[in-house]
Amino acid sequence: MDPRYYQIATLASLLTWGLFGLRFDIRWDVAFVMTASAFATQYVASRAVGLRFDPKSALISILSLCLLLRTNHLSLAAAAAVLTIGSKFLLRVDGKHVFNPTNFGIAVTMAATGAVWVSPGQWGTGAFFAFLMACLGGLVIHRAARSDVTYAFIAFYAMVLFGRALWLGDPLGIPLHQMQNGAFLLFSFFMISDPKTTPESRAGRILFALAVALGAGLVQFVLFRPSGLIWSLALVSLTTPLWNRLFPGRRYDWNRQGAPPPLAERSFA
Amino acid sequence: MKRLLLVWGAALLLALTFLHPGVRAFCGFYVAKADARLFNRASQVVLVRNDDKTVLTMANDFKGDPKEFAVVIPVPTFLERDQIHVTEKKLIDHLDAFTAPRLVEYFDEDPCNPRVLYEEVFPAAAPADMARRPRANALGVTIEAEYTVGEYDIVILSAKESSGLTTWLTENGYKLPPGASRVLGSYIKQNLRFFVAKVNLEEQSRLGFTYLRPLQIAYESPKFMLPIRLGTVNADGPQDLLLYALTRKGRVETTNYRTVKLPTGMDLPVFVKSEFGDFYKAMFEEQVRRENMKSVFLEYAWDMGWCDPCAAEPLSPEELRELGVFWLQGNAQDVFVTRLHVRYDGEHFPEDLVFQETSDRENFQGRYVLRHPYKGEARCEAGARYRSELRVRQHQEAQTLASLTGWDVAKIRSKMNLEGDDPAPESWWQRLWKKN
Repeated sequence: MDPRYYQIATLASLLTWGLFGLRFDIRWDVAFVMTASAFATQYVASRAVGLRFDPKSALISILSLCLLLRTNHLSLAAAAAVLTIGSKFLLRVDGKHVFNPTNFGIAVTMAATGAVWVSPGQWGTGAFFAFLMACLGGLVIHRAARSDVTYAFIAFYAMVLFGRALWLGDPLGIPLHQMQNGAFLLFSFFMISDPKTTPESRAGRILFALAVALGAGLVQFVLFRPSGLIWSLALVSLTTPLWNRLFPGRRYDWNRQGAPPPLAERSFA
Repeated sequence: MKRLLLVWGAALLLALTFLHPGVRAFCGFYVAKADARLFNRASQVVLVRNDDKTVLTMANDFKGDPKEFAVVIPVPTFLERDQIHVTEKKLIDHLDAFTAPRLVEYFDEDPCNPRVLYEEVFPAAAPADMARRPRANALGVTIEAEYTVGEYDIVILSAKESSGLTTWLTENGYKLPPGASRVLGSYIKQNLRFFVAKVNLEEQSRLGFTYLRPLQIAYESPKFMLPIRLGTVNADGPQDLLLYALTRKGRVETTNYRTVKLPTGMDLPVFVKSEFGDFYKAMFEEQVRRENMKSVFLEYAWDMGWCDPCAAEPLSPEELRELGVFWLQGNAQDVFVTRLHVRYDGEHFPEDLVFQETSDRENFQGRYVLRHPYKGEARCEAGARYRSELRVRQHQEAQTLASLTGWDVAKIRSKMNLEGDDPAPESWWQRLWKKN
């Protein structure tokens, strides 16, 4: 089965929990506009490049946007959705998209307008372990070929947080508190893990994860800015083609894990 | 020996702002507010921020002998004499009154003579001396500057390691709680300086103040945070912090803790009018319990230019400038105020509070509603219906109050003189064939 079904189910349950359990401030009109714009963009772009309309990838982006992005402007909600889906089709190097779509949509609208924000604190630490289990479940069920990037990122990011605490002489409760965050898990399991945008070889992916973890630490603890994970991934994604040149590997296909890539490239999904 | 007050003090409040209960406001008659005086051990901090420029105002409720007073505050940068200021407590009291959760009331109309009333809209969305220095140097502590500002003697310290700083503070008469050294060490490595203030008794008697005025510091740093860890080291039990953020773009929230809106807009039994303070304290406590004491609560978020209903008049441009709103030009109230309330201790809040300013300008206020029943006879069909609906409504109010505060619903009902269990609302068929 396509692992994206599991992702959609997990993200949808997280969104339900966020809305009703954690009372996230998600405006229905914003969610509606994002959904409509994302599907419309996916449809138009698929037709333009001659592909069948496949809602799965768009749905993952929509759910992620609803979970992360906050704005009071419907036009910006629409812009973020269009940029998110559009980036898959337009920003491509060597036939692969460069950025994780949601990450790109959020980073660009945040940087360009200042009227969009992410609330990393919204998750709290309450149901962290249930959340972690749901995310890990997905990896176990699908033995996802590229889960190495997730594990590597979690390990490197933990090293950054615990290393900093040890250096400062802080109690370890502080880095533990920093890691027990839903936004961090969402990022690790659904954003950085995007098999379409991570390097193709294991060595490349591990170095990629290291760079993202160091970048996030830099934004958070040296520049003292919020949303370190988002900025770091957006910038490090630009280096993916470099890792692919240095450590060549095989391209990922959602429907044929481990199989050689089909002749008709279906990497638009 | 001087006692070190590592906790930012609570509000020694003289409410100088007056209410305007007679003014009919769109969101109901304003009747009461729940301000900082309700909470013991509540610190009040005003954080003014735009770009990376910050003005921090700290009020303390120190009630002991002024010569016993001392604070140590970690600050991100060195502070020149001109970056330190002493201001008036009444400014913070005004801001507290303006942003406080409020109680409003409505009076039911005669159901037999209905008037067309406007719909209730909520939330309303619209538009030292020299000899100390060599010793300090030997301990790895640098006295970077010493100033006397208002009634305070202030020392700005930097240090190489925590044991030296601890020793210096102890030798200079500050009593440190056990465990403070570790936290100081962390702050030293994070390149923070220490702002140490105590009262200059001569200056205080010369100036003639009988209470300690709030201290203000202005600095430029990307760090948008509030150090709370020193205050939790030796605290007996949780403390309350009221943070008033004045920003330009929009609402402020914490990035490393959940910021949640307090329940608002509920209809409550009318007896709450005489015990609004108790209600608000109980409700806050209940919400803290439900969030497992791990969240920061939003009590108010509003454009500084107006309010509805007003618990106090908006602050004047002069008051805002005195509080540190440096970007004001002329009379334009280009200011958004966020009031955050957090109850914290070291166990549930291990990290300092880190904030971000969002571009959210949606208004939010803690507002609770009383609806007074119509007291007249109302001998008409609509009157009978009104009375049966009123009973249902009052039972709902009792339930709401019980659920918000954790109070016993039976006691609430007896206070309201409501008898019996919750009546089921009349069904449509009962209404259809009911004989009058």
